[in-house]
Amino acid sequence: MRRFSKIAALAAAGTLVLAGCGGGSGGSGGSGGSGGDSGDSQSAEDVCQSQADGDGPSIGVAYDVGGRGDRSFNDSAYEGLKRAVEELGATCIEAVAGQDENDNVRAERLRTLAEGDYDLVIAVGFLYSPAAAEVAPEYAETKFAVIDGFSQFLVEEPLDNLADLTFAEEQGSYLVGMAAALKTESDHIGYVGGVTSPLIKKFEAGYEAGARSVTPDIQIDVAYLTEDQDDSETAFANPPGGRNAAAPMYEDGADVVYHAAGSSGSGVFEAAAAAGDNMWAIGVDSDQYLTAPEDQQPHILTSMLKRIDTAVFEVTESVADDSFESGGVVYDISVDGVGYSTSGGFVDDIEDQLEEAKQQIADGEIEVPTEPQG
Amino acid sequence: MSVVRRGALALASPVLALLLAGLIITVVLAVIGDDIAGFWSVMSSVPEPRNAVAMLNQASVLYLSGVAAAIGFRMNLFNIGVEGQYRLAAFAAGAVAGAAWLPGYLNSLLAVVVAMAVGAAWAGLAGALRAYRGVSEVISTIMLNSIAGFLISYLIVKVGRTTGNATGTDPMPEGSRIGTIAIFPDSPTELYGLSLLAIVVGVLFWLVLNRTRFGFELRATGASDSAAVASGVDSRRMIVTTMLLSGAVAGLVGLPVIFSSAYNYGSSFQAGLGFAGIAVALLGRNHPVGIAFAALLFAYLSQQANLLNILAGISPDIVAVAQGVVVMSVVIVYEVVRRYRVRAEQTQVASTLSAESRAAAPTEGAAS
Repeated sequence: MRRFSKIAALAAAGTLVLAGCGGGSGGSGGSGGSGGDSGDSQSAEDVCQSQADGDGPSIGVAYDVGGRGDRSFNDSAYEGLKRAVEELGATCIEAVAGQDENDNVRAERLRTLAEGDYDLVIAVGFLYSPAAAEVAPEYAETKFAVIDGFSQFLVEEPLDNLADLTFAEEQGSYLVGMAAALKTESDHIGYVGGVTSPLIKKFEAGYEAGARSVTPDIQIDVAYLTEDQDDSETAFANPPGGRNAAAPMYEDGADVVYHAAGSSGSGVFEAAAAAGDNMWAIGVDSDQYLTAPEDQQPHILTSMLKRIDTAVFEVTESVADDSFESGGVVYDISVDGVGYSTSGGFVDDIEDQLEEAKQQIADGEIEVPTEPQG
Repeated sequence: MSVVRRGALALASPVLALLLAGLIITVVLAVIGDDIAGFWSVMSSVPEPRNAVAMLNQASVLYLSGVAAAIGFRMNLFNIGVEGQYRLAAFAAGAVAGAAWLPGYLNSLLAVVVAMAVGAAWAGLAGALRAYRGVSEVISTIMLNSIAGFLISYLIVKVGRTTGNATGTDPMPEGSRIGTIAIFPDSPTELYGLSLLAIVVGVLFWLVLNRTRFGFELRATGASDSAAVASGVDSRRMIVTTMLLSGAVAGLVGLPVIFSSAYNYGSSFQAGLGFAGIAVALLGRNHPVGIAFAALLFAYLSQQANLLNILAGISPDIVAVAQGVVVMSVVIVYEVVRRYRVRAEQTQVASTLSAESRAAAPTEGAAS
């Protein structure tokens, strides 16, 4: 019995300590993406501490698991925060989520931020939605914004200090789907998603619709890294999984693979680079060409941009000039909330077609589905 | 050994363990270069009423999870599957309560019974595999954890609904929700009604363990398997029954939150409570009262982690490290104190014996 409990304790303590170390995973609420122009924010610089004397709005930011330095979701929010501090004279304070939290702990984080007399509390990640819906009525003077949130569905009556900032991921994905179909030489492309959640399915739906708009009978291989929605490690912090999912697609003849799998996507890039010349991968969230290693850059066709930084900046601006909009705010293609990147110049030759489709989506002539059509 | 000394030793173990843990954490903070004074001032600050309530809520679910693990541990069954059992059970409870087949509290009661049954069945699978096929419950429960995750994801698409970016079961009707208890008048957080289940389960655990034949057999099997078998304990039946009980208690873990706060099983449901329960059970030495203190300590640490992050700029992950260190130091210190006590007893016995033999020596010498 004694020996048993010692072994058990070692295992339990090990698990806890490793959980502590493993904090740098992709955001559980994040659609993922690694990098973008945010790589530099990994350094010790901290805009909230270095510039604490601005006269703009004061912002409290609650990050998703991993916090700053994840080259993904959270870093993109930080980019927006940095811009708000520099351009609007905002002051800020930051907090980060731990592993396996409950709504109480998240609510308490938002309360603590709101109590510091902050004008605006930005919660990064849709998991904050129930917490924000609970806390917002308690602090009428403070505005709350949830990135990717669904809090508006959880309150009994609309609150004028609570907003969900969501993105039309399917529209951006439609454009990179078109790019994939225009660039493929085998009429065979692939998609790797992190987890089969409604959020990540939107990426697949748009990608599929875009590709089929160019080549109706194109072959699309689809793989998800996990179906367990509570397992964000396997979904978004799993480069080997991304590689294992993408490599067989390239072997079977696909020559473009799009990923929506957070930092697992770096495995997809590796697989593209290993598959040889003219094998492409498409990044997500931020311009991943800019943060990819040199040997992978020639394989990154484009990236689907999800401008969390824009959302953070604009919501701060709206608080500054007193035009805060509550309820559901959608960042779609018409306000450049989503889009595609052109770094590397690989899509220059098809840019006209992409721009035309972009305009048609913005005008409502093309309606992009949010669920895969199969 | 005198009673005073024995008592001092018993008290010394937990105190020493916490001191050791504090020392190790301080060293870790120093190595990382974090603000040590900030850490201690935040960790020792008195929580606001609303935090205190949140701690009690968290402690009650940790306690349930700890007891679920401890039931197995008492007879050397390492049920790592509490994680999968409580998640699957919570999902089932959410789905049943959301479907609202029965009116009002009958619906809640049905959901609670379903949750216990699902938890018990999921654990019973591992128990039956161990009893009749000799499959290690460590392996089978880990695998069942993973399968539970997939099963939930599959079923939630079938019976659940999607709102915005989230999926979850249908919210349960108003009449089936279980109210909260206001402990402090102006705190926005209140104690979950079903938190009281923790007290009921704790008392039952103690009674079953100490006042029933089953409890005796369970402890006997834990102390010595072969001795228990020799004295007529049916070990197969014990394994299956224990796993069923452990799973049924695991089934309760998610319920306080579902019935008093979330009203459904959805994306923001807390995972990881099963693993935390293992640590809590070990820290509480598998004792009903010990587990309560351990659950309170863990809940306290995870609540203060928030403040630590905002007020002292320290990553909340340090608290996960702290929890691990506490478990390790408790095991180490208890072992050291146990050895010390054994040695002290041996020395005492030896000196008594030698004193007696010296007193007896002259007559012995005369006889020879």
